[in-house]
Amino acid sequence: MRSLLSLIFEPGFFTSAPVHTAMIVGGGAAVVSGVVGVFTVIRGQSFAGHALADVSSAGGSASFLLGINPLLGFLGMAVIAAGGMELAGARLARERDLVTGIMLGAGLGLAALFLYFDVTTSSTTGAAITVMFGSMFSIPASIIPLALAVGVAALAVSGLLYRPLLLASLSPELAAVQGIHVRMIGLLHLLVLAFAVALAAMTVGAILSSALLIGPAAIAIRLTKRPGLAIAASVLAGLVATWGGIILAYDSFYWTPGHGWPVSFFIVSLIFVLYLAATAVRGHAGTEAAV
Amino acid sequence: MQCQRDEVLAVDRVSVSFSGRPVLREVTFSLGAGEFCGLIGTNGAGKTTLLRTILGFQAPLAGRVRVDRASDQDGLPAIGYVPQKITLDSSIPVRARDVVALGLDGHRFGLSFSTKKRQGLVAEMLAAVGAEKFADQRVGNLSGGEQQRVLIAHALIRRPRLLLLDEPLANLDMRSAAEIASLLRRLSVEHRITVLLSTHDMNPLLPLMDRVVYLANGRAASGATDDVIRTDVLSRLYGYHIDVVRVHDRILVVAAEAPEEIPAAVEKYPAHVAQIP
Repeated sequence: MRSLLSLIFEPGFFTSAPVHTAMIVGGGAAVVSGVVGVFTVIRGQSFAGHALADVSSAGGSASFLLGINPLLGFLGMAVIAAGGMELAGARLARERDLVTGIMLGAGLGLAALFLYFDVTTSSTTGAAITVMFGSMFSIPASIIPLALAVGVAALAVSGLLYRPLLLASLSPELAAVQGIHVRMIGLLHLLVLAFAVALAAMTVGAILSSALLIGPAAIAIRLTKRPGLAIAASVLAGLVATWGGIILAYDSFYWTPGHGWPVSFFIVSLIFVLYLAATAVRGHAGTEAAV
Repeated sequence: MQCQRDEVLAVDRVSVSFSGRPVLREVTFSLGAGEFCGLIGTNGAGKTTLLRTILGFQAPLAGRVRVDRASDQDGLPAIGYVPQKITLDSSIPVRARDVVALGLDGHRFGLSFSTKKRQGLVAEMLAAVGAEKFADQRVGNLSGGEQQRVLIAHALIRRPRLLLLDEPLANLDMRSAAEIASLLRRLSVEHRITVLLSTHDMNPLLPLMDRVVYLANGRAASGATDDVIRTDVLSRLYGYHIDVVRVHDRILVVAAEAPEEIPAAVEKYPAHVAQIP
Protein backbone atom coordinates (compact mmCIF):
# COMPACT_ATOMS: atom_id res chain seq x y z
CA MET A 1 0.00 0.00 0.00
CA ARG A 2 2.78 2.35 1.02
CA SER A 3 4.69 1.60 -2.17
CA LEU A 4 1.54 2.34 -4.20
CA LEU A 5 1.10 5.70 -2.46
CA SER A 6 4.76 6.54 -2.98
CA LEU A 7 4.31 5.71 -6.66
CA ILE A 8 1.44 8.22 -6.92
CA PHE A 9 2.76 10.89 -4.58
CA GLU A 10 6.40 11.78 -5.08
CA PRO A 11 8.47 12.82 -2.02
CA GLY A 12 7.50 16.13 -0.42
CA PHE A 13 4.04 16.32 -1.97
CA PHE A 14 2.18 16.52 1.34
CA THR A 15 4.61 18.96 2.96
CA SER A 16 4.95 21.40 0.07
CA ALA A 17 3.36 24.80 0.80
CA PRO A 18 2.83 25.65 -2.91
CA VAL A 19 1.03 22.30 -3.32
CA HIS A 20 -1.22 23.08 -0.33
CA THR A 21 -2.14 26.44 -1.81
CA ALA A 22 -2.73 24.92 -5.25
CA MET A 23 -4.96 22.19 -3.78
CA ILE A 24 -7.08 24.70 -1.82
CA VAL A 25 -7.45 27.34 -4.55
CA GLY A 26 -7.79 24.73 -7.32
CA GLY A 27 -10.31 22.70 -5.32
CA GLY A 28 -12.38 25.81 -4.65
CA ALA A 29 -12.31 26.74 -8.32
CA ALA A 30 -13.36 23.21 -9.31
CA VAL A 31 -16.32 23.19 -6.91
CA VAL A 32 -17.60 26.61 -7.97
CA SER A 33 -17.04 25.91 -11.69
CA GLY A 34 -18.77 22.55 -11.33
CA VAL A 35 -21.91 24.11 -9.89
CA VAL A 36 -22.05 27.18 -12.12
CA GLY A 37 -21.00 25.23 -15.21
CA VAL A 38 -24.11 23.01 -15.20
CA PHE A 39 -26.42 26.04 -15.31
CA THR A 40 -24.19 27.68 -17.92
CA VAL A 41 -24.49 24.64 -20.18
CA ILE A 42 -28.26 24.31 -19.62
CA ARG A 43 -28.72 28.01 -20.45
CA GLY A 44 -26.60 27.69 -23.59
CA GLN A 45 -24.12 30.28 -22.30
CA SER A 46 -20.88 28.37 -22.86
CA PHE A 47 -19.64 31.03 -25.28
CA ALA A 48 -20.46 33.77 -22.74
CA GLY A 49 -18.49 31.82 -20.12
CA HIS A 50 -15.50 31.54 -22.44
CA ALA A 51 -15.74 35.25 -23.32
CA LEU A 52 -15.90 36.30 -19.65
CA ALA A 53 -12.79 34.23 -18.99
CA ASP A 54 -10.90 35.80 -21.88
CA VAL A 55 -11.97 39.32 -20.91
CA SER A 56 -10.89 38.65 -17.32
CA SER A 57 -7.33 38.20 -18.66
CA ALA A 58 -7.22 41.99 -19.13
CA GLY A 59 -7.80 42.37 -15.38
CA GLY A 60 -5.27 39.66 -14.59
CA SER A 61 -2.56 41.32 -16.71
CA ALA A 62 -3.42 44.76 -15.27
CA SER A 63 -2.95 43.37 -11.76
CA PHE A 64 0.64 42.38 -12.61
CA LEU A 65 1.24 45.92 -13.86
CA LEU A 66 -0.27 47.50 -10.75
CA GLY A 67 1.16 44.97 -8.32
CA ILE A 68 -2.22 44.06 -6.80
CA ASN A 69 -3.84 40.74 -5.96
CA PRO A 70 -4.35 39.02 -9.36
CA LEU A 71 -7.67 37.50 -8.25
CA LEU A 72 -9.00 41.03 -7.78
CA GLY A 73 -7.91 41.85 -11.33
CA PHE A 74 -9.53 38.77 -12.88
CA LEU A 75 -12.67 39.25 -10.78
CA GLY A 76 -13.04 42.98 -11.44
CA MET A 77 -12.77 42.63 -15.22
CA ALA A 78 -15.05 39.59 -15.37
CA VAL A 79 -17.74 41.37 -13.33
CA ILE A 80 -17.52 44.48 -15.57
CA ALA A 81 -17.84 42.29 -18.67
CA ALA A 82 -20.81 40.37 -17.20
CA GLY A 83 -22.60 43.64 -16.42
CA GLY A 84 -21.83 44.93 -19.90
CA MET A 85 -23.24 41.82 -21.56
CA GLU A 86 -26.48 42.05 -19.60
CA LEU A 87 -26.85 45.83 -20.03
CA ALA A 88 -26.44 45.42 -23.80
CA GLY A 89 -29.89 43.86 -23.52
CA ALA A 90 -29.51 41.50 -26.47
CA ARG A 91 -32.36 38.99 -26.46
CA LEU A 92 -31.90 36.96 -29.62
CA ALA A 93 -29.20 34.29 -29.54
CA ARG A 94 -27.41 35.64 -32.62
CA GLU A 95 -27.47 39.21 -31.30
CA ARG A 96 -26.21 37.99 -27.92
CA ASP A 97 -23.35 36.11 -29.54
CA LEU A 98 -22.37 39.24 -31.48
CA VAL A 99 -22.27 41.36 -28.32
CA THR A 100 -20.32 38.64 -26.54
CA GLY A 101 -17.86 38.35 -29.43
CA ILE A 102 -17.28 42.11 -29.54
CA MET A 103 -16.62 42.21 -25.78
CA LEU A 104 -14.30 39.21 -26.04
CA GLY A 105 -12.23 40.94 -28.73
CA ALA A 106 -12.06 44.20 -26.78
CA GLY A 107 -11.03 42.37 -23.61
CA LEU A 108 -8.26 40.41 -25.30
CA GLY A 109 -7.04 43.62 -26.96
CA LEU A 110 -6.73 45.27 -23.54
CA ALA A 111 -4.98 42.17 -22.21
CA ALA A 112 -2.48 42.37 -25.09
CA LEU A 113 -1.73 46.02 -24.22
CA PHE A 114 -1.32 45.36 -20.47
CA LEU A 115 0.86 42.30 -21.09
CA TYR A 116 3.03 44.37 -23.45
CA PHE A 117 3.53 46.94 -20.66
CA ASP A 118 4.16 44.12 -18.17
CA VAL A 119 6.92 42.70 -20.31
CA THR A 120 8.50 45.99 -21.42
CA THR A 121 8.34 47.97 -18.19
CA SER A 122 8.33 45.49 -15.32
CA SER A 123 10.40 42.64 -16.74
CA THR A 124 7.66 40.20 -15.63
CA THR A 125 8.27 37.91 -18.58
CA GLY A 126 6.23 35.13 -17.02
CA ALA A 127 3.11 37.29 -16.75
CA ALA A 128 1.71 36.26 -20.14
CA ILE A 129 1.99 32.54 -19.38
CA THR A 130 0.62 32.96 -15.85
CA VAL A 131 -2.36 35.07 -16.91
CA MET A 132 -3.31 33.06 -19.96
CA PHE A 133 -2.41 29.51 -18.93
CA GLY A 134 -2.04 29.62 -15.14
CA SER A 135 0.79 28.79 -12.81
CA MET A 136 -0.72 27.03 -9.85
CA PHE A 137 2.47 26.31 -7.93
CA SER A 138 3.30 30.02 -7.85
CA ILE A 139 -0.04 31.18 -6.39
CA PRO A 140 0.73 33.10 -3.18
CA ALA A 141 -0.86 31.66 -0.01
CA SER A 142 -2.12 35.15 0.82
CA ILE A 143 -4.74 34.71 -1.91
CA ILE A 144 -6.54 31.86 -0.10
CA PRO A 145 -8.89 33.94 2.12
CA LEU A 146 -10.14 36.02 -0.83
CA ALA A 147 -10.46 32.95 -3.06
CA LEU A 148 -12.50 31.14 -0.43
CA ALA A 149 -14.69 34.20 0.15
CA VAL A 150 -15.38 34.53 -3.57
CA GLY A 151 -16.11 30.80 -3.81
CA VAL A 152 -18.47 30.77 -0.82
CA ALA A 153 -20.32 33.83 -2.16
CA ALA A 154 -20.74 32.20 -5.58
CA LEU A 155 -22.04 28.97 -4.05
CA ALA A 156 -24.43 30.81 -1.73
CA VAL A 157 -25.97 32.80 -4.59
CA SER A 158 -26.16 29.66 -6.78
CA GLY A 159 -27.97 27.80 -4.01
CA LEU A 160 -30.37 30.68 -3.52
CA LEU A 161 -31.12 30.91 -7.26
CA TYR A 162 -31.33 27.14 -7.83
CA ARG A 163 -35.06 26.72 -8.58
CA PRO A 164 -35.86 30.05 -10.28
CA LEU A 165 -32.69 29.79 -12.37
CA LEU A 166 -33.49 26.23 -13.44
CA LEU A 167 -37.03 27.19 -14.45
CA ALA A 168 -35.90 30.38 -16.23
CA SER A 169 -33.26 28.33 -18.07
CA LEU A 170 -35.92 25.91 -19.35
CA SER A 171 -38.38 28.63 -20.35
CA PRO A 172 -38.28 32.34 -19.50
CA GLU A 173 -42.05 32.51 -20.18
CA LEU A 174 -42.90 29.77 -17.68
CA ALA A 175 -40.68 31.50 -15.13
CA ALA A 176 -42.29 34.90 -15.72
CA VAL A 177 -45.78 33.41 -15.20
CA GLN A 178 -44.63 32.30 -11.76
CA GLY A 179 -43.58 35.85 -10.91
CA ILE A 180 -39.86 35.30 -11.41
CA HIS A 181 -37.90 38.39 -12.49
CA VAL A 182 -36.20 36.61 -15.37
CA ARG A 183 -33.77 39.40 -16.28
CA MET A 184 -32.62 39.85 -12.68
CA ILE A 185 -32.05 36.10 -12.37
CA GLY A 186 -30.05 36.17 -15.62
CA LEU A 187 -27.90 39.07 -14.39
CA LEU A 188 -27.20 37.37 -11.05
CA HIS A 189 -26.21 34.18 -12.87
CA LEU A 190 -23.80 36.16 -15.08
CA LEU A 191 -22.23 37.69 -11.96
CA VAL A 192 -21.82 34.24 -10.38
CA LEU A 193 -20.36 33.09 -13.70
CA ALA A 194 -17.87 35.97 -13.47
CA PHE A 195 -16.88 34.78 -9.97
CA ALA A 196 -16.41 31.24 -11.26
CA VAL A 197 -14.26 32.18 -14.26
CA ALA A 198 -12.11 34.49 -12.10
CA LEU A 199 -11.37 31.62 -9.73
CA ALA A 200 -10.78 29.24 -12.63
CA ALA A 201 -8.50 31.80 -14.31
CA MET A 202 -6.34 31.83 -11.17
CA THR A 203 -6.08 28.06 -11.45
CA VAL A 204 -5.65 27.15 -15.11
CA GLY A 205 -5.33 30.63 -16.62
CA ALA A 206 -7.85 32.80 -18.40
CA ILE A 207 -7.71 30.97 -21.73
CA LEU A 208 -8.20 27.52 -20.22
CA SER A 209 -10.67 28.48 -17.48
CA SER A 210 -13.63 27.77 -19.75
CA ALA A 211 -12.39 24.15 -19.89
CA LEU A 212 -12.79 23.89 -16.12
CA LEU A 213 -16.18 25.62 -16.35
CA ILE A 214 -17.71 23.70 -19.26
CA GLY A 215 -15.81 20.39 -19.28
CA PRO A 216 -16.97 18.87 -15.96
CA ALA A 217 -20.55 20.06 -16.62
CA ALA A 218 -20.51 18.46 -20.07
CA ILE A 219 -19.24 15.21 -18.50
CA ALA A 220 -21.96 15.29 -15.84
CA ILE A 221 -24.93 15.88 -18.13
CA ARG A 222 -23.89 12.87 -20.18
CA LEU A 223 -24.05 10.66 -17.11
CA THR A 224 -27.20 11.81 -15.33
CA LYS A 225 -30.63 13.20 -16.15
CA ARG A 226 -31.29 14.81 -12.76
CA PRO A 227 -30.21 18.43 -12.23
CA GLY A 228 -29.06 17.90 -8.62
CA LEU A 229 -27.03 14.82 -9.51
CA ALA A 230 -25.58 16.61 -12.54
CA ILE A 231 -24.22 19.34 -10.27
CA ALA A 232 -22.74 16.76 -7.86
CA ALA A 233 -21.16 14.80 -10.74
CA SER A 234 -19.81 18.02 -12.27
CA VAL A 235 -18.16 19.02 -8.98
CA LEU A 236 -16.66 15.53 -8.62
CA ALA A 237 -15.30 15.54 -12.18
CA GLY A 238 -13.81 19.01 -11.62
CA LEU A 239 -12.13 17.94 -8.38
CA VAL A 240 -10.75 14.73 -9.91
CA ALA A 241 -9.31 16.66 -12.87
CA THR A 242 -7.91 19.53 -10.78
CA TRP A 243 -6.39 17.55 -7.93
CA GLY A 244 -5.30 14.81 -10.33
CA GLY A 245 -3.66 17.45 -12.49
CA ILE A 246 -1.81 18.91 -9.51
CA ILE A 247 -0.53 15.45 -8.51
CA LEU A 248 0.62 14.64 -12.05
CA ALA A 249 2.28 18.04 -12.50
CA TYR A 250 4.13 17.63 -9.20
CA ASP A 251 5.22 14.11 -10.16
CA SER A 252 6.38 15.35 -13.56
CA PHE A 253 9.27 17.18 -11.85
CA TYR A 254 10.63 13.70 -11.10
CA TRP A 255 10.00 12.32 -14.59
CA THR A 256 11.99 15.11 -16.22
CA PRO A 257 14.20 16.47 -13.43
CA GLY A 258 13.89 20.22 -13.02
CA HIS A 259 11.42 20.59 -15.88
CA GLY A 260 7.95 19.76 -14.59
CA TRP A 261 5.04 20.11 -16.97
CA PRO A 262 2.35 22.73 -16.40
CA VAL A 263 -0.60 21.86 -14.13
CA SER A 264 -3.05 23.37 -16.65
CA PHE A 265 -2.02 20.82 -19.27
CA PHE A 266 -2.75 17.90 -16.95
CA ILE A 267 -6.09 19.34 -15.74
CA VAL A 268 -7.38 19.97 -19.25
CA SER A 269 -6.09 16.56 -20.42
CA LEU A 270 -7.86 14.77 -17.57
CA ILE A 271 -11.10 16.64 -18.36
CA PHE A 272 -10.77 15.54 -21.98
CA VAL A 273 -10.17 11.90 -21.00
CA LEU A 274 -13.13 11.95 -18.58
CA TYR A 275 -15.34 13.46 -21.28
CA LEU A 276 -14.40 10.69 -23.72
CA ALA A 277 -15.10 8.08 -21.03
CA ALA A 278 -18.49 9.64 -20.22
CA THR A 279 -19.37 9.71 -23.91
CA ALA A 280 -18.46 6.04 -24.22
CA VAL A 281 -20.51 5.13 -21.12
CA ARG A 282 -23.56 7.00 -22.41
CA GLY A 283 -23.20 5.55 -25.86
CA HIS A 284 -23.02 2.06 -24.37
CA ALA A 285 -25.93 2.56 -21.98
CA GLY A 286 -28.23 4.54 -24.32
CA THR A 287 -29.50 8.05 -23.82
CA GLU A 288 -32.23 7.19 -21.32
CA ALA A 289 -30.25 4.74 -19.22
CA ALA A 290 -28.51 7.49 -17.28
CA VAL A 291 -29.27 7.79 -13.57
CA MET B 1 -65.82 46.10 -14.03
CA GLN B 2 -66.57 43.55 -11.30
CA CYS B 3 -66.24 39.82 -11.96
CA GLN B 4 -69.59 38.08 -11.65
CA ARG B 5 -69.96 35.42 -8.95
CA ASP B 6 -68.78 32.51 -11.04
CA GLU B 7 -66.74 34.47 -13.56
CA VAL B 8 -63.09 33.51 -13.62
CA LEU B 9 -61.97 35.83 -16.42
CA ALA B 10 -63.42 39.09 -17.68
CA VAL B 11 -61.84 40.94 -20.61
CA ASP B 12 -63.43 44.36 -20.99
CA ARG B 13 -62.95 46.50 -24.12
CA VAL B 14 -59.22 45.70 -24.29
CA SER B 15 -57.21 47.42 -27.03
CA VAL B 16 -53.53 46.80 -27.73
CA SER B 17 -51.26 48.50 -30.26
CA PHE B 18 -47.69 47.88 -31.34
CA SER B 19 -45.86 50.95 -32.68
CA GLY B 20 -49.19 52.61 -33.42
CA ARG B 21 -50.56 49.56 -35.26
CA PRO B 22 -53.73 48.26 -33.58
CA VAL B 23 -53.58 44.54 -32.82
CA LEU B 24 -56.61 44.19 -30.56
CA ARG B 25 -59.60 46.55 -30.74
CA GLU B 26 -62.06 46.69 -27.84
CA VAL B 27 -62.01 42.94 -27.27
CA THR B 28 -64.69 41.95 -24.75
CA PHE B 29 -65.67 38.56 -23.37
CA SER B 30 -65.89 36.70 -20.08
CA LEU B 31 -65.53 33.10 -19.00
CA GLY B 32 -67.20 31.29 -16.14
CA ALA B 33 -65.84 28.59 -13.89
CA GLY B 34 -65.19 25.30 -15.71
CA GLU B 35 -65.87 26.67 -19.20
CA PHE B 36 -63.84 25.32 -22.10
CA CYS B 37 -63.24 28.04 -24.65
CA GLY B 38 -61.40 28.08 -27.94
CA LEU B 39 -59.59 31.27 -28.97
CA ILE B 40 -59.74 31.00 -32.74
CA GLY B 41 -58.02 33.07 -35.40
CA THR B 42 -55.51 32.87 -38.21
CA ASN B 43 -51.80 33.43 -37.68
CA GLY B 44 -51.25 37.07 -36.75
CA ALA B 45 -54.84 37.61 -35.58
CA GLY B 46 -53.65 38.63 -32.09
CA LYS B 47 -54.25 35.39 -30.15
CA THR B 48 -50.86 35.36 -28.45
CA THR B 49 -51.12 39.10 -27.74
CA LEU B 50 -54.48 38.56 -26.05
CA LEU B 51 -53.11 35.72 -23.92
CA ARG B 52 -50.07 37.82 -22.97
CA THR B 53 -52.39 40.68 -22.02
CA ILE B 54 -54.42 38.38 -19.77
CA LEU B 55 -51.18 37.15 -18.18
CA GLY B 56 -50.13 40.74 -17.51
CA PHE B 57 -47.08 40.58 -19.81
CA GLN B 58 -48.60 43.15 -22.18
CA ALA B 59 -50.19 46.37 -20.93
CA PRO B 60 -53.41 47.23 -22.79
CA LEU B 61 -53.75 50.64 -24.43
CA ALA B 62 -57.32 50.76 -23.13
CA GLY B 63 -59.70 48.50 -21.26
CA ARG B 64 -58.94 46.06 -18.48
CA VAL B 65 -58.61 42.40 -17.63
CA ARG B 66 -59.95 40.93 -14.41
CA VAL B 67 -58.93 37.46 -13.25
CA ASP B 68 -60.55 35.76 -10.29
CA ARG B 69 -58.00 35.87 -7.44
CA ALA B 70 -59.76 33.49 -5.05
CA SER B 71 -57.20 30.73 -5.55
CA ASP B 72 -54.06 32.92 -5.53
CA GLN B 73 -51.03 31.34 -3.90
CA ASP B 74 -47.92 33.11 -2.58
CA GLY B 75 -49.37 36.38 -3.86
CA LEU B 76 -49.31 35.11 -7.45
CA PRO B 77 -52.42 35.08 -9.63
CA ALA B 78 -53.45 31.47 -10.06
CA ILE B 79 -53.16 31.30 -13.84
CA GLY B 80 -51.76 28.18 -15.43
CA TYR B 81 -50.01 28.81 -18.73
CA VAL B 82 -48.67 26.59 -21.50
CA PRO B 83 -46.60 28.66 -23.95
CA GLN B 84 -46.59 28.19 -27.71
CA LYS B 85 -43.21 26.57 -28.08
CA ILE B 86 -40.44 25.51 -25.78
CA THR B 87 -37.22 24.27 -27.28
CA LEU B 88 -35.83 21.65 -24.94
CA ASP B 89 -32.45 20.19 -25.84
CA SER B 90 -32.27 16.41 -25.41
CA SER B 91 -29.05 16.72 -23.40
CA ILE B 92 -30.56 18.87 -20.66
CA PRO B 93 -30.41 16.93 -17.38
CA VAL B 94 -34.02 17.57 -16.40
CA ARG B 95 -36.69 14.86 -16.23
CA ALA B 96 -40.36 15.34 -17.02
CA ARG B 97 -40.97 14.88 -13.28
CA ASP B 98 -38.63 17.82 -12.49
CA VAL B 99 -40.50 20.12 -14.90
CA VAL B 100 -43.80 19.34 -13.16
CA ALA B 101 -42.25 19.90 -9.72
CA LEU B 102 -40.95 23.30 -10.85
CA GLY B 103 -44.57 24.27 -11.49
CA LEU B 104 -45.17 23.81 -7.79
CA ASP B 105 -42.27 25.74 -6.28
CA GLY B 106 -40.00 26.94 -9.12
CA HIS B 107 -40.51 30.54 -7.99
CA ARG B 108 -39.12 29.91 -4.52
CA PHE B 109 -35.52 30.69 -3.66
CA GLY B 110 -33.22 28.06 -2.22
CA LEU B 111 -32.64 24.38 -2.87
CA SER B 112 -35.57 22.01 -3.32
CA PHE B 113 -36.00 19.08 -0.99
CA SER B 114 -37.97 16.07 -2.10
CA THR B 115 -40.60 15.71 0.61
CA LYS B 116 -43.27 12.99 0.48
CA LYS B 117 -45.96 15.64 0.05
CA ARG B 118 -44.13 17.18 -2.91
CA GLN B 119 -43.51 13.78 -4.49
CA GLY B 120 -47.18 12.88 -4.00
CA LEU B 121 -48.46 16.05 -5.65
CA VAL B 122 -46.14 15.57 -8.63
CA ALA B 123 -47.11 11.90 -9.02
CA GLU B 124 -50.79 12.80 -8.80
CA MET B 125 -50.49 15.42 -11.52
CA LEU B 126 -48.39 13.16 -13.76
CA ALA B 127 -51.12 10.52 -13.46
CA ALA B 128 -53.84 13.09 -14.21
CA VAL B 129 -52.26 13.89 -17.59
CA GLY B 130 -51.21 10.32 -18.35
CA ALA B 131 -47.49 11.03 -18.13
CA GLU B 132 -46.36 8.42 -15.59
CA LYS B 133 -44.71 6.22 -18.24
CA PHE B 134 -42.21 8.86 -19.29
CA ALA B 135 -41.95 10.79 -16.00
CA ASP B 136 -38.31 9.79 -15.50
CA GLN B 137 -37.13 10.45 -19.04
CA ARG B 138 -35.21 13.54 -20.07
CA VAL B 139 -37.88 16.06 -21.06
CA GLY B 140 -35.94 16.97 -24.21
CA ASN B 141 -36.21 13.38 -25.43
CA LEU B 142 -40.03 13.33 -25.33
CA SER B 143 -42.30 13.66 -28.37
CA GLY B 144 -44.32 16.84 -28.96
CA GLY B 145 -47.50 15.31 -27.51
CA GLU B 146 -45.66 13.97 -24.45
CA GLN B 147 -44.04 17.35 -23.84
CA GLN B 148 -47.47 19.00 -24.03
CA ARG B 149 -48.77 16.64 -21.33
CA VAL B 150 -45.80 17.51 -19.11
CA LEU B 151 -46.29 21.25 -19.64
CA ILE B 152 -50.02 20.93 -18.87
CA ALA B 153 -49.15 19.10 -15.62
CA HIS B 154 -46.61 21.87 -14.85
CA ALA B 155 -49.31 24.48 -15.39
CA LEU B 156 -51.97 22.69 -13.33
CA ILE B 157 -50.03 21.49 -10.29
CA ARG B 158 -50.81 24.66 -8.34
CA ARG B 159 -54.52 24.11 -9.00
CA PRO B 160 -55.24 27.31 -10.93
CA ARG B 161 -58.84 28.21 -11.78
CA LEU B 162 -57.78 29.53 -15.18
CA LEU B 163 -55.61 27.69 -17.70
CA LEU B 164 -54.31 29.50 -20.80
CA LEU B 165 -52.74 27.52 -23.63
CA ASP B 166 -51.09 29.10 -26.67
CA GLU B 167 -51.46 26.84 -29.74
CA PRO B 168 -51.02 23.58 -27.80
CA LEU B 169 -52.17 21.53 -30.80
CA ALA B 170 -49.74 23.07 -33.28
CA ASN B 171 -47.06 20.67 -34.58
CA LEU B 172 -48.97 17.64 -33.28
CA ASP B 173 -50.24 14.85 -35.50
CA MET B 174 -54.05 14.45 -35.67
CA ARG B 175 -54.18 11.65 -33.11
CA SER B 176 -52.01 13.48 -30.56
CA ALA B 177 -54.00 16.70 -31.11
CA ALA B 178 -57.27 14.87 -30.45
CA GLU B 179 -55.81 13.21 -27.32
CA ILE B 180 -54.54 16.51 -25.89
CA ALA B 181 -57.87 18.25 -26.64
CA SER B 182 -59.81 15.44 -24.90
CA LEU B 183 -57.40 15.50 -21.94
CA LEU B 184 -57.91 19.24 -21.50
CA ARG B 185 -61.69 18.87 -21.68
CA ARG B 186 -61.62 16.08 -19.07
CA LEU B 187 -59.41 18.12 -16.70
CA SER B 188 -61.66 21.13 -17.19
CA VAL B 189 -64.74 19.12 -16.17
CA GLU B 190 -63.14 17.11 -13.35
CA HIS B 191 -61.34 20.02 -11.67
CA ARG B 192 -63.71 22.81 -12.78
CA ILE B 193 -60.87 24.65 -14.48
CA THR B 194 -61.64 27.39 -16.97
CA VAL B 195 -59.66 26.70 -20.15
CA LEU B 196 -58.86 29.29 -22.83
CA LEU B 197 -57.01 27.60 -25.67
CA SER B 198 -55.76 29.37 -28.78
CA THR B 199 -55.64 27.56 -32.10
CA HIS B 200 -55.74 28.38 -35.78
CA ASP B 201 -57.70 25.17 -36.49
CA MET B 202 -60.96 24.96 -34.57
CA ASN B 203 -62.03 21.58 -35.97
CA PRO B 204 -60.35 19.32 -33.36
CA LEU B 205 -62.13 21.36 -30.67
CA LEU B 206 -65.61 21.54 -32.21
CA PRO B 207 -67.17 18.73 -30.13
CA LEU B 208 -65.49 19.96 -26.94
CA MET B 209 -65.91 23.74 -26.80
CA ASP B 210 -68.49 25.41 -24.56
CA ARG B 211 -67.65 28.78 -26.05
CA VAL B 212 -65.53 30.32 -28.73
CA VAL B 213 -63.75 33.66 -28.99
CA TYR B 214 -63.11 34.39 -32.67
CA LEU B 215 -60.46 36.99 -33.46
CA ALA B 216 -60.22 38.72 -36.84
CA ASN B 217 -58.76 42.09 -37.76
CA GLY B 218 -58.14 42.70 -34.06
CA ARG B 219 -61.85 42.45 -33.24
CA ALA B 220 -63.49 39.59 -31.39
CA ALA B 221 -66.83 37.82 -31.35
CA SER B 222 -67.59 35.46 -28.50
CA GLY B 223 -70.35 33.08 -27.53
CA ALA B 224 -71.47 29.52 -28.23
CA THR B 225 -69.81 28.02 -31.32
CA ASP B 226 -73.03 28.01 -33.38
CA ASP B 227 -73.71 31.64 -32.44
CA VAL B 228 -70.26 32.87 -33.50
CA ILE B 229 -69.13 30.77 -36.45
CA ARG B 230 -71.84 32.17 -38.73
CA THR B 231 -71.74 33.99 -42.02
CA ASP B 232 -73.19 37.24 -40.69
CA VAL B 233 -71.01 37.41 -37.57
CA LEU B 234 -67.73 36.63 -39.34
CA SER B 235 -68.56 38.91 -42.29
CA ARG B 236 -69.04 41.73 -39.80
CA LEU B 237 -65.73 40.90 -38.10
CA TYR B 238 -63.72 40.72 -41.32
CA GLY B 239 -65.49 43.64 -42.95
CA TYR B 240 -66.37 41.75 -46.14
CA HIS B 241 -68.48 38.75 -47.06
CA ILE B 242 -67.49 35.45 -45.46
CA ASP B 243 -69.17 32.08 -45.97
CA VAL B 244 -69.24 29.43 -43.27
CA VAL B 245 -69.46 25.95 -44.77
CA ARG B 246 -70.12 22.81 -42.73
CA VAL B 247 -68.87 19.59 -44.29
CA HIS B 248 -68.66 16.20 -42.56
CA ASP B 249 -68.73 17.72 -39.06
CA ARG B 250 -65.99 20.16 -39.99
CA ILE B 251 -66.24 23.88 -40.51
CA LEU B 252 -64.62 25.78 -43.36
CA VAL B 253 -64.58 29.55 -43.29
CA VAL B 254 -64.36 30.87 -46.85
CA ALA B 255 -63.89 34.36 -48.28
CA ALA B 256 -66.34 34.33 -51.21
CA GLU B 257 -64.99 37.51 -52.85
CA ALA B 258 -61.58 39.00 -52.98
CA PRO B 259 -61.53 42.12 -50.84
CA GLU B 260 -59.78 45.15 -52.32
CA GLU B 261 -57.40 45.20 -49.42
CA ILE B 262 -56.71 41.74 -48.09
CA PRO B 263 -56.37 41.82 -44.32
CA ALA B 264 -53.18 40.42 -42.84
CA ALA B 265 -55.24 37.61 -41.37
CA VAL B 266 -56.00 36.03 -44.75
CA GLU B 267 -53.13 37.16 -46.94
CA LYS B 268 -51.43 33.77 -46.90
CA TYR B 269 -54.37 32.17 -48.73
CA PRO B 270 -55.43 32.57 -52.37
CA ALA B 271 -57.67 35.61 -52.56
CA HIS B 272 -60.77 34.00 -54.02
CA VAL B 273 -60.89 30.84 -51.92
CA ALA B 274 -59.59 31.82 -48.56
CA GLN B 275 -59.97 29.18 -45.90
CA ILE B 276 -59.98 30.85 -42.52
CA PRO B 277 -58.42 29.16 -40.74
